[in-house]
Amino acid sequence: MSERGVLAELAIQFALLSLLTVGGASAVLPEIHRMVVDVHGWMSSETFANLFALAQAAPGPNIMVITLIGWEVAGLQGAVVATAGMTGPAFVLTYGASRLWQRWRDLSWYRTFERGIVPITVGLITASAWLLTTAAGASWLSYLVTATSAACLLLTRVNPLLVLAAASVLGVAGLI
Amino acid sequence: MQQRHPRGSHVAPPNVTARDLFKSFAGVGLSAFGGALPFARHMLVERRRWLTEEEFTNILSLCQFLPGGNILNVSICVGSRFAGLPGAVAAFTGLLVMPVILVLLLAMLYSGYGHLEPVQAAFRGVSAAAAGLIVAMAVKMAYPLRRNPRAIVFAVLVVGAVLVWRLPLLWTLLALVPPSIAAAWLMRR
Repeated sequence: MSERGVLAELAIQFALLSLLTVGGASAVLPEIHRMVVDVHGWMSSETFANLFALAQAAPGPNIMVITLIGWEVAGLQGAVVATAGMTGPAFVLTYGASRLWQRWRDLSWYRTFERGIVPITVGLITASAWLLTTAAGASWLSYLVTATSAACLLLTRVNPLLVLAAASVLGVAGLI
Repeated sequence: MQQRHPRGSHVAPPNVTARDLFKSFAGVGLSAFGGALPFARHMLVERRRWLTEEEFTNILSLCQFLPGGNILNVSICVGSRFAGLPGAVAAFTGLLVMPVILVLLLAMLYSGYGHLEPVQAAFRGVSAAAAGLIVAMAVKMAYPLRRNPRAIVFAVLVVGAVLVWRLPLLWTLLALVPPSIAAAWLMRR
Protein backbone atom coordinates (compact mmCIF):
# COMPACT_ATOMS: atom_id res chain seq x y z
CA MET A 1 0.00 0.00 0.00
CA SER A 2 1.28 3.51 -0.74
CA GLU A 3 2.26 5.74 2.16
CA ARG A 4 -0.81 7.91 1.68
CA GLY A 5 -2.96 4.82 1.60
CA VAL A 6 -1.60 3.71 4.97
CA LEU A 7 -2.17 7.15 6.53
CA ALA A 8 -5.76 7.29 5.27
CA GLU A 9 -6.35 3.77 6.55
CA LEU A 10 -4.97 4.70 10.02
CA ALA A 11 -7.18 7.80 10.21
CA ILE A 12 -10.35 5.96 9.14
CA GLN A 13 -9.78 2.88 11.31
CA PHE A 14 -9.08 4.86 14.47
CA ALA A 15 -11.91 7.33 13.84
CA LEU A 16 -14.35 4.40 13.57
CA LEU A 17 -12.82 2.72 16.60
CA SER A 18 -13.02 5.90 18.68
CA LEU A 19 -16.80 5.84 18.34
CA LEU A 20 -16.85 2.41 20.03
CA THR A 21 -14.48 3.48 22.79
CA VAL A 22 -17.01 3.86 25.56
CA GLY A 23 -15.39 3.76 28.99
CA GLY A 24 -11.75 4.29 28.00
CA ALA A 25 -9.09 2.97 25.68
CA SER A 26 -8.27 -0.10 27.77
CA ALA A 27 -11.75 -1.48 27.08
CA VAL A 28 -11.13 -1.63 23.31
CA LEU A 29 -7.55 -2.91 23.49
CA PRO A 30 -8.49 -6.42 22.26
CA GLU A 31 -10.28 -4.82 19.28
CA ILE A 32 -7.22 -2.66 18.48
CA HIS A 33 -5.03 -5.77 18.65
CA ARG A 34 -7.32 -7.62 16.23
CA MET A 35 -7.22 -4.67 13.84
CA VAL A 36 -3.49 -3.88 13.74
CA VAL A 37 -2.09 -7.43 14.16
CA ASP A 38 -4.63 -9.82 12.60
CA VAL A 39 -6.53 -7.79 10.01
CA HIS A 40 -3.87 -5.38 8.69
CA GLY A 41 -0.69 -7.22 9.71
CA TRP A 42 0.94 -3.89 10.64
CA MET A 43 3.03 -5.44 13.47
CA SER A 44 3.60 -8.63 15.45
CA SER A 45 1.72 -9.40 18.64
CA GLU A 46 4.96 -8.98 20.59
CA THR A 47 5.57 -5.47 19.22
CA PHE A 48 1.99 -4.61 20.14
CA ALA A 49 2.54 -5.73 23.76
CA ASN A 50 5.76 -3.70 23.97
CA LEU A 51 4.04 -0.56 22.67
CA PHE A 52 1.29 -1.01 25.25
CA ALA A 53 3.79 -1.33 28.13
CA LEU A 54 5.61 1.75 26.86
CA ALA A 55 2.41 3.80 26.71
CA GLN A 56 1.66 2.76 30.30
CA ALA A 57 5.11 3.90 31.41
CA ALA A 58 4.80 7.37 29.86
CA PRO A 59 2.68 10.14 31.38
CA GLY A 60 -0.59 11.08 29.73
CA PRO A 61 -4.02 9.70 28.85
CA ASN A 62 -4.41 5.96 28.11
CA ILE A 63 -4.93 6.59 24.40
CA MET A 64 -1.18 7.25 24.01
CA VAL A 65 -0.92 3.62 22.88
CA ILE A 66 -2.70 4.72 19.67
CA THR A 67 -0.01 7.39 19.08
CA LEU A 68 2.67 4.71 19.37
CA ILE A 69 0.85 2.35 17.00
CA GLY A 70 0.64 5.15 14.42
CA TRP A 71 4.35 5.86 14.91
CA GLU A 72 5.28 2.19 14.47
CA VAL A 73 3.19 1.91 11.28
CA ALA A 74 4.02 5.19 9.50
CA GLY A 75 6.47 7.27 11.52
CA LEU A 76 5.76 10.76 12.81
CA GLN A 77 2.94 11.42 10.31
CA GLY A 78 1.37 8.13 11.34
CA ALA A 79 1.52 9.13 15.02
CA VAL A 80 -0.21 12.45 14.33
CA VAL A 81 -2.85 10.97 12.02
CA ALA A 82 -3.71 8.06 14.37
CA THR A 83 -3.97 10.40 17.39
CA ALA A 84 -6.16 12.87 15.49
CA GLY A 85 -8.35 10.04 14.17
CA MET A 86 -8.83 8.66 17.66
CA THR A 87 -9.61 12.00 19.32
CA GLY A 88 -11.32 14.15 16.64
CA PRO A 89 -14.80 12.57 16.47
CA ALA A 90 -14.89 12.17 20.26
CA PHE A 91 -14.02 15.86 20.70
CA VAL A 92 -16.96 16.98 18.54
CA LEU A 93 -19.43 14.64 20.26
CA THR A 94 -18.30 15.44 23.79
CA TYR A 95 -18.31 19.18 23.15
CA GLY A 96 -21.88 18.96 21.84
CA ALA A 97 -22.96 16.81 24.78
CA SER A 98 -21.37 19.18 27.28
CA ARG A 99 -23.34 22.15 25.86
CA LEU A 100 -26.60 20.22 26.21
CA TRP A 101 -25.58 19.09 29.68
CA GLN A 102 -25.06 22.68 30.82
CA ARG A 103 -28.52 23.58 29.60
CA TRP A 104 -30.14 20.56 31.28
CA ARG A 105 -28.24 20.30 34.56
CA ASP A 106 -30.98 21.88 36.66
CA LEU A 107 -33.88 19.93 35.13
CA SER A 108 -35.29 17.27 37.42
CA TRP A 109 -35.27 14.42 34.86
CA TYR A 110 -31.61 15.14 34.17
CA ARG A 111 -30.81 15.07 37.91
CA THR A 112 -32.53 11.67 38.06
CA PHE A 113 -30.48 10.47 35.09
CA GLU A 114 -27.29 11.59 36.86
CA ARG A 115 -28.25 9.86 40.11
CA GLY A 116 -28.81 6.69 38.05
CA ILE A 117 -25.45 6.69 36.26
CA VAL A 118 -23.20 7.70 39.19
CA PRO A 119 -23.27 4.23 40.87
CA ILE A 120 -22.34 2.65 37.50
CA THR A 121 -19.30 4.94 37.26
CA VAL A 122 -18.23 4.16 40.82
CA GLY A 123 -18.56 0.42 40.06
CA LEU A 124 -16.45 0.71 36.88
CA ILE A 125 -13.69 2.65 38.66
CA THR A 126 -13.67 0.11 41.51
CA ALA A 127 -13.38 -2.75 39.01
CA SER A 128 -10.43 -1.09 37.23
CA ALA A 129 -8.76 -0.48 40.61
CA TRP A 130 -8.97 -4.23 41.27
CA LEU A 131 -7.78 -5.21 37.77
CA LEU A 132 -4.78 -2.83 37.88
CA THR A 133 -3.84 -3.93 41.41
CA THR A 134 -3.74 -7.60 40.44
CA ALA A 135 -2.00 -6.86 37.10
CA ALA A 136 0.78 -4.99 38.94
CA GLY A 137 0.94 -7.59 41.73
CA ALA A 138 4.30 -9.21 41.04
CA SER A 139 4.87 -10.10 44.74
CA TRP A 140 3.43 -9.29 48.18
CA LEU A 141 5.70 -6.24 48.20
CA SER A 142 4.00 -4.79 45.13
CA TYR A 143 0.62 -5.17 46.90
CA LEU A 144 2.16 -3.36 49.87
CA VAL A 145 3.27 -0.53 47.55
CA THR A 146 -0.25 -0.34 46.07
CA ALA A 147 -1.79 -0.19 49.57
CA THR A 148 0.71 2.41 50.79
CA SER A 149 0.16 4.56 47.72
CA ALA A 150 -3.64 4.42 48.23
CA ALA A 151 -3.22 5.30 51.91
CA CYS A 152 -0.96 8.28 51.08
CA LEU A 153 -3.62 9.70 48.78
CA LEU A 154 -6.50 9.04 51.17
CA LEU A 155 -4.90 10.23 54.39
CA THR A 156 -2.39 12.90 53.36
CA ARG A 157 -2.26 15.79 50.91
CA VAL A 158 0.98 14.61 49.31
CA ASN A 159 1.41 15.13 45.55
CA PRO A 160 0.66 11.78 43.79
CA LEU A 161 3.77 12.30 41.64
CA LEU A 162 6.01 11.93 44.73
CA VAL A 163 4.36 8.59 45.51
CA LEU A 164 5.11 7.31 42.00
CA ALA A 165 8.70 8.60 42.16
CA ALA A 166 9.27 6.84 45.50
CA ALA A 167 7.87 3.59 44.08
CA SER A 168 10.16 3.76 41.03
CA VAL A 169 13.15 4.16 43.40
CA LEU A 170 11.99 1.07 45.34
CA GLY A 171 11.77 -0.78 42.02
CA VAL A 172 15.29 0.19 40.94
CA ALA A 173 16.57 -0.75 44.43
CA GLY A 174 15.34 -4.27 43.65
CA LEU A 175 12.62 -4.36 46.32
CA ILE A 176 9.61 -4.97 44.02
CA MET B 1 -6.01 29.85 44.79
CA GLN B 2 -9.76 30.03 44.17
CA GLN B 3 -12.25 30.43 46.99
CA ARG B 4 -14.13 27.24 47.75
CA HIS B 5 -17.75 27.55 46.69
CA PRO B 6 -20.46 26.00 48.88
CA ARG B 7 -21.04 22.36 48.00
CA GLY B 8 -24.15 21.38 46.07
CA SER B 9 -25.30 24.89 45.30
CA HIS B 10 -25.29 26.43 41.86
CA VAL B 11 -23.25 29.54 42.51
CA ALA B 12 -21.40 31.23 39.65
CA PRO B 13 -18.46 29.01 38.65
CA PRO B 14 -14.97 30.27 39.53
CA ASN B 15 -13.49 32.61 36.95
CA VAL B 16 -11.27 30.29 34.90
CA THR B 17 -9.72 31.36 31.58
CA ALA B 18 -8.66 29.23 28.60
CA ARG B 19 -5.06 29.95 29.58
CA ASP B 20 -5.60 28.57 33.12
CA LEU B 21 -7.25 25.51 31.61
CA PHE B 22 -4.36 24.87 29.21
CA LYS B 23 -1.75 25.18 31.97
CA SER B 24 -3.59 23.07 34.51
CA PHE B 25 -4.45 20.25 32.10
CA ALA B 26 -0.89 20.29 30.71
CA GLY B 27 0.23 19.72 34.33
CA VAL B 28 -2.17 16.79 34.60
CA GLY B 29 -0.94 15.32 31.30
CA LEU B 30 2.70 15.55 32.30
CA SER B 31 2.26 14.02 35.75
CA ALA B 32 -0.27 11.36 34.74
CA PHE B 33 1.79 8.19 35.02
CA GLY B 34 -0.35 5.05 34.93
CA GLY B 35 -3.63 6.83 34.17
CA ALA B 36 -4.66 10.46 34.21
CA LEU B 37 -7.95 10.35 36.13
CA PRO B 38 -6.56 10.45 39.70
CA PHE B 39 -4.37 13.42 38.73
CA ALA B 40 -7.28 15.21 37.08
CA ARG B 41 -9.43 14.71 40.18
CA HIS B 42 -6.58 15.89 42.43
CA MET B 43 -6.16 19.06 40.33
CA LEU B 44 -9.86 19.88 39.79
CA VAL B 45 -11.27 19.04 43.23
CA GLU B 46 -8.43 19.26 45.72
CA ARG B 47 -5.88 21.71 44.36
CA ARG B 48 -7.70 24.27 42.20
CA ARG B 49 -11.17 23.61 43.63
CA TRP B 50 -12.85 24.37 40.32
CA LEU B 51 -15.33 21.53 40.95
CA THR B 52 -16.90 20.00 44.04
CA GLU B 53 -16.57 16.23 44.64
CA GLU B 54 -20.14 15.78 43.44
CA GLU B 55 -19.62 17.82 40.27
CA PHE B 56 -16.50 15.82 39.38
CA THR B 57 -18.32 12.50 39.79
CA ASN B 58 -21.24 13.78 37.68
CA ILE B 59 -18.97 15.00 34.86
CA LEU B 60 -17.00 11.76 34.88
CA SER B 61 -20.22 9.74 34.76
CA LEU B 62 -21.43 11.68 31.74
CA CYS B 63 -18.03 11.23 30.06
CA GLN B 64 -18.04 7.44 30.65
CA PHE B 65 -20.94 7.16 28.24
CA LEU B 66 -19.42 9.26 25.49
CA PRO B 67 -16.94 7.76 23.03
CA GLY B 68 -13.24 8.53 23.43
CA GLY B 69 -10.88 8.49 26.38
CA ASN B 70 -12.62 9.33 29.68
CA ILE B 71 -10.04 11.83 30.74
CA LEU B 72 -10.02 13.64 27.39
CA ASN B 73 -13.79 13.90 27.60
CA VAL B 74 -13.51 15.31 31.13
CA SER B 75 -11.09 17.96 29.85
CA ILE B 76 -13.53 18.94 27.07
CA CYS B 77 -16.51 19.14 29.46
CA VAL B 78 -14.60 21.14 32.08
CA GLY B 79 -13.07 23.44 29.44
CA SER B 80 -16.38 24.16 27.74
CA ARG B 81 -18.10 24.74 31.08
CA PHE B 82 -15.67 27.45 32.17
CA ALA B 83 -14.61 29.05 28.88
CA GLY B 84 -16.75 27.72 26.01
CA LEU B 85 -15.17 26.32 22.83
CA PRO B 86 -11.77 28.03 23.36
CA GLY B 87 -11.73 26.54 26.86
CA ALA B 88 -12.52 23.05 25.56
CA VAL B 89 -9.77 23.30 22.93
CA ALA B 90 -7.29 24.68 25.50
CA ALA B 91 -7.93 21.97 28.10
CA PHE B 92 -7.91 19.17 25.50
CA THR B 93 -4.70 20.23 23.74
CA GLY B 94 -3.04 20.99 27.09
CA LEU B 95 -3.74 17.45 28.18
CA LEU B 96 -2.63 15.85 24.92
CA VAL B 97 0.29 17.73 23.34
CA MET B 98 3.13 17.20 25.82
CA PRO B 99 2.34 13.52 26.48
CA VAL B 100 2.32 12.84 22.71
CA ILE B 101 5.76 14.42 22.35
CA LEU B 102 7.09 12.62 25.44
CA VAL B 103 5.74 9.20 24.51
CA LEU B 104 7.40 9.45 21.08
CA LEU B 105 10.73 10.46 22.67
CA LEU B 106 10.35 7.56 25.10
CA ALA B 107 9.65 5.13 22.25
CA MET B 108 12.88 6.23 20.57
CA LEU B 109 14.83 5.83 23.84
CA TYR B 110 13.21 2.48 24.56
CA SER B 111 14.29 1.01 21.25
CA GLY B 112 17.84 1.72 22.51
CA TYR B 113 17.69 0.99 26.25
CA GLY B 114 14.41 -0.82 27.05
CA HIS B 115 15.97 -4.23 27.66
CA LEU B 116 17.92 -2.91 30.69
CA GLU B 117 16.84 -4.43 34.00
CA PRO B 118 16.80 -1.16 36.05
CA VAL B 119 14.33 0.34 33.54
CA GLN B 120 11.99 -2.63 33.91
CA ALA B 121 12.35 -2.60 37.71
CA ALA B 122 11.34 1.07 37.83
CA PHE B 123 8.30 0.28 35.62
CA ARG B 124 7.22 -2.41 38.10
CA GLY B 125 7.36 0.06 41.00
CA VAL B 126 5.45 2.74 39.11
CA SER B 127 2.67 0.40 38.00
CA ALA B 128 2.11 -0.90 41.57
CA ALA B 129 1.89 2.67 42.96
CA ALA B 130 -0.30 3.83 40.04
CA ALA B 131 -2.77 1.05 40.89
CA GLY B 132 -2.87 2.48 44.44
CA LEU B 133 -3.83 5.91 43.07
CA ILE B 134 -6.85 4.36 41.31
CA VAL B 135 -7.77 2.46 44.50
CA ALA B 136 -7.73 5.74 46.44
CA MET B 137 -9.87 7.44 43.80
CA ALA B 138 -12.40 4.58 43.87
CA VAL B 139 -12.64 4.91 47.68
CA LYS B 140 -13.09 8.69 47.49
CA MET B 141 -15.80 8.41 44.84
CA ALA B 142 -17.63 5.58 46.63
CA TYR B 143 -17.58 7.28 50.06
CA PRO B 144 -20.38 9.82 49.36
CA LEU B 145 -22.67 6.89 48.37
CA ARG B 146 -22.15 4.96 51.64
CA ARG B 147 -25.67 5.60 53.04
CA ASN B 148 -27.42 5.01 49.72
CA PRO B 149 -28.48 1.33 49.40
CA ARG B 150 -29.71 1.82 45.81
CA ALA B 151 -26.32 3.17 44.69
CA ILE B 152 -24.40 0.46 46.56
CA VAL B 153 -26.43 -2.32 44.93
CA PHE B 154 -25.79 -1.03 41.40
CA ALA B 155 -22.09 -0.29 42.03
CA VAL B 156 -21.62 -3.85 43.37
CA LEU B 157 -23.49 -5.31 40.36
CA VAL B 158 -21.16 -3.43 37.99
CA VAL B 159 -18.09 -4.75 39.85
CA GLY B 160 -19.54 -8.28 39.62
CA ALA B 161 -20.35 -7.92 35.90
CA VAL B 162 -16.82 -6.75 35.09
CA LEU B 163 -14.73 -8.89 37.46
CA VAL B 164 -16.76 -12.06 38.11
CA TRP B 165 -18.91 -12.57 35.02
CA ARG B 166 -16.37 -10.78 32.78
CA LEU B 167 -19.03 -9.26 30.55
CA PRO B 168 -17.93 -6.94 27.73
CA LEU B 169 -18.30 -3.30 28.79
CA LEU B 170 -21.06 -2.55 26.30
CA TRP B 171 -23.25 -5.39 27.66
CA THR B 172 -22.58 -4.34 31.24
CA LEU B 173 -23.76 -0.81 30.45
CA LEU B 174 -26.78 -1.96 28.41
CA ALA B 175 -27.84 -4.35 31.19
CA LEU B 176 -27.32 -2.09 34.21
CA VAL B 177 -27.75 1.56 33.18
CA PRO B 178 -31.50 1.42 32.39
CA PRO B 179 -32.48 -0.33 35.68
CA SER B 180 -30.18 2.00 37.63
CA ILE B 181 -31.87 5.08 36.16
CA ALA B 182 -35.29 3.50 36.68
CA ALA B 183 -34.44 2.84 40.35
CA ALA B 184 -33.24 6.43 40.78
CA TRP B 185 -36.56 7.62 39.28
CA LEU B 186 -38.69 5.35 41.47
CA MET B 187 -36.80 6.36 44.62
CA ARG B 188 -36.69 10.09 43.83
CA ARG B 189 -37.62 12.44 46.61
